[in-house]
Amino acid sequence: MTSTGTAQLTLPTDEQILIVREFDAPAQLVWKAWTTPELVARWWHAKRGEVTVAEIDLRVGGAWRSAMVTPDGQEVAFHGEYREIVPHERLVSTETYEGVPGAPPTLNTMTLEERDGRTTMRLTIDCPSREVRDAIVESGMEDGLQDALDLLEEVASSLR
Amino acid sequence: MARAATTSDAFNAVAEPRRREILDLLADGERSVEEIVRALGLGQPQVSKHLRVLREVGAVEARADGRRRLYRLNGAALKPIHDWISGYERLWSERFERLDAVLEELKRTEGDGR
Repeated sequence: MTSTGTAQLTLPTDEQILIVREFDAPAQLVWKAWTTPELVARWWHAKRGEVTVAEIDLRVGGAWRSAMVTPDGQEVAFHGEYREIVPHERLVSTETYEGVPGAPPTLNTMTLEERDGRTTMRLTIDCPSREVRDAIVESGMEDGLQDALDLLEEVASSLR
Repeated sequence: MARAATTSDAFNAVAEPRRREILDLLADGERSVEEIVRALGLGQPQVSKHLRVLREVGAVEARADGRRRLYRLNGAALKPIHDWISGYERLWSERFERLDAVLEELKRTEGDGR
């Protein structure tokens, strides 16, 4: 269940998702890759489509919006607003999924901690309710079904 | 949401870092409480408490072996949990793999940023 290089996802409370990942780069560069539109466009799609929008107005109260189009033509878009900005250390923003009308925003806190040139990112997603949290986790099932099946196979064989 | 909530209860039980360590250990085979205590450096009361939580959601099973109780993973109970969580986790893993590539390039073009 532990492996390096993959995102470690846990559910610290009923309303939270925590994603932890270490990067082999200083915090300044991770911050830059996370907050520069043309760089975000290169990683945010997670190989599931093409990023069509990456807008970032990096100031407190400023807006962000990201969208991608999947190979079957479906647009997946999110937007939000920056609440707290500590360069290279901490970024707090809201996030709303545009695919569900009236979907409530989550509050996302991204922190970076650098040690010996490597950086640990902790991304906490605070949801308005457990139902929203569970729906977000389940949203990954469709996107990553094949990958999930591969993982399941791994898990299943390790449990034999 | 009933199905998700049930899975989520099990996941919450499994998500606790120490309990994940216990599951990792049991992935290698059956262990007694004493063996788990030794391997993790935790107190027996804590280990027993974690095992109780894991048993309640069906993640581990126990059987008697003389005076000892041996614990083992219950793969059937864990699979739906992995199923539920791994898609979203994999989404982020794949984002971060792409981000790694961007960072490698930034390191080359900008040195280490200092």
